[in-house]
Amino acid sequence: MEFFLISLLNGVTYGLLLFMLSSGLTLIFSMMGVLNFAHASFYMLGAYFAFQISGHIGFWPALVLAPLGVAVIGMAVERYGLRTVHKHGHVAELLFTFGLAYLIEEAVHLIWGRAPVNYGVPKDLDGTLFMIYGTAFPIYRGFMMLVSVLMLVALYVVLTRTRIGLVIQAALTHPETVEALGHNVPRVFMLVFGGGAALAGLAGVIGGNAFVTSPGMALHVGAIVFVVVVIGGMGSLAGAFIASLLIGLLQTFSVALDWSLGGLFKPMGISFAADSFLGELWNLTLASAAPVLPYLLMVLVLLFRPRGLLGTRDT
Amino acid sequence: MNGAVLRFKPLNVGRYVTWGLFALVLVLAPVAFPQGFAITMMSQMGIWIIFALSYNMLLGQTGLLSFGHAVYSGLGAYFSIHVLNMIGAGAFAFPVTLLPLLGGLFGLLFGVLFGYVTTRKSGVAFAMISLGLGEMVFAASLMFPSFFGGEGGISANRMVGKPFLGITYGPAIQVYYLIAVWTFAAVAAMFALTRTPLGRIANAVRDNPERAEFVGYSTHMVRFLMFALSGFFAGLAGGLSAINYEIVAAESVSAQRSGGVLLAAYIGGVGFFFGPVIGAIVFTFFVVYIAGLTKAWLLYLGLFFMAIVMFAPGGIASIVLMNLNVAKHGLFGRLWKPYGWVAAAGLLAFLGFVAVVEMTYHLSDTGGGTMKLFGLSFEVKSLAPWLAALATLGAGGFLYRLAWNRFRGEWDDIQRIIAEKAP
Repeated sequence: MEFFLISLLNGVTYGLLLFMLSSGLTLIFSMMGVLNFAHASFYMLGAYFAFQISGHIGFWPALVLAPLGVAVIGMAVERYGLRTVHKHGHVAELLFTFGLAYLIEEAVHLIWGRAPVNYGVPKDLDGTLFMIYGTAFPIYRGFMMLVSVLMLVALYVVLTRTRIGLVIQAALTHPETVEALGHNVPRVFMLVFGGGAALAGLAGVIGGNAFVTSPGMALHVGAIVFVVVVIGGMGSLAGAFIASLLIGLLQTFSVALDWSLGGLFKPMGISFAADSFLGELWNLTLASAAPVLPYLLMVLVLLFRPRGLLGTRDT
Repeated sequence: MNGAVLRFKPLNVGRYVTWGLFALVLVLAPVAFPQGFAITMMSQMGIWIIFALSYNMLLGQTGLLSFGHAVYSGLGAYFSIHVLNMIGAGAFAFPVTLLPLLGGLFGLLFGVLFGYVTTRKSGVAFAMISLGLGEMVFAASLMFPSFFGGEGGISANRMVGKPFLGITYGPAIQVYYLIAVWTFAAVAAMFALTRTPLGRIANAVRDNPERAEFVGYSTHMVRFLMFALSGFFAGLAGGLSAINYEIVAAESVSAQRSGGVLLAAYIGGVGFFFGPVIGAIVFTFFVVYIAGLTKAWLLYLGLFFMAIVMFAPGGIASIVLMNLNVAKHGLFGRLWKPYGWVAAAGLLAFLGFVAVVEMTYHLSDTGGGTMKLFGLSFEVKSLAPWLAALATLGAGGFLYRLAWNRFRGEWDDIQRIIAEKAP
């Protein structure tokens, strides 16, 4: 029970963080048809900006300033990069963001070095929020949850209750019509791109110190976020939400379980030596297989439901 | 098609000349550059040429953007090196010369296995799935150390079996010629494939999948076949790399490798068959030579790639062909001067940029101290070199804009003349 509750809380926290990333990616994708390969790089930039800013003026200003900084970079990328490439088609756009991810990673190497930086949890949030069956639940996890939920609510309100949200929703499906009605669709695109980047940046600010802030973080998270978007269904926000939680829970639960195929049959007296390939497969624990599970889930979803959980388009 | 001059029935002279020259270059390259590092680099180029061309079977010919192509070359390399070890242990006899073929067959096997799932999608969805599969294989490679060798990888000795005609594959030059022969064969086979009905229909699926379906072809099947065959050639490249390096590590199935082959193919130009050949040569040059000069080589490579994506999406091949077209119409004389100005201004801006990047690197690496750059030695924390570098960059950038506008005007004028000349 203790294990279950703690893992549940951690899994939901991680899932919400993933959703912060995948929501921006999904919005940008469904609106502009651009799969932003550099999305996780914005996540990384958010973490590094927060590290730099919190070193000078503290964590709380960083919580606001770092995402804003990332948003500015995102908007500049859309305005001066993507818009130029747009005429060459979607593949060129995708490749542009792919190259951008390379460049951002190298720029991070250039400025902050190759080793992880010491971006820690702020003192105000260091401590225990409550105890479950003797296990401490840190305040910071609770704070991450709070920020994620607030962001979720804010995103929902902006998309459904404000004017710009309605324009965004309309531009998702009928950009020409929206343009004909006199709205500046390229500017909306730029704002959405910047907003998505800001969400990723915010995720970086609160995720960077909960996990680790290093130049490799973008690649690691980026692949998972893509998996989330594929499982949820390309272009579906609700699908991305469900898939984020699913992957978050899957990863959190699996790392703590040392079940293996071999263990299942051990009571029957069947076992394999550990030094062969089959033996490794046989004795492989769920915990060490954890990194592969999201990808396996993706393959399964693709086999049995190619459009994803809640996807509508079948590309 | 403007091949009328060189068409001489029943022999296609142009084609024989091209392929003859290609073979000649492969044979004579070690004679021209007999240094040890040159041989190593050229061996690497051969492997990358096959790898990049196999990648282009997907991106250029079928329109499939893959971010996980290293899986097939990497697994081909792993199986090859295990077979090599088995031969060494005396489990069975198999000529090392034909080992890449085995690597290719394993690449084909995994191409069939993974390709069946992934090619159900195309476009962006395919790209994401290929990335996910690549990550999956990479993560799995760290889970099964007996097969993948964990962090250290699997090493082997290529000098196994009985020497045939004195070929032991001990000296690097023998390995080079092995790679050269396989490169020639693989390039020829991949070129031949573009001329088959499958190669042609793959182009149709790339350009307009809906119409291809209406004509009666299963786009999934066409993509799947191309994918599997591309896996074969990637595995072949992997088998060659196993022989060449005698070690295969998890890095060979990594996202970096997959990204590398995408960069190589795209820089060269995916719209032309020979584009990735150029790309592979440039890419290897970067990886081997520039990487030896500076730690920031990935930054330069990334910028180069971005410049290609933004301004010359046809790659180096398209730039070469456009200029050849100008030369064919006898108008290249008008371009010498503008090109000179662009190159001079570009060089200035480039030097300034390199100086800024290298100084930043030096600063973040060592936190100060003297550094050497372009033969100058200076204190990196002092203001003067930064000002000089930024001024060079600014001036170069400004002049480049002027030169580029002038070049552009001339270029557009020439293109207009050519367009008017055309019947």
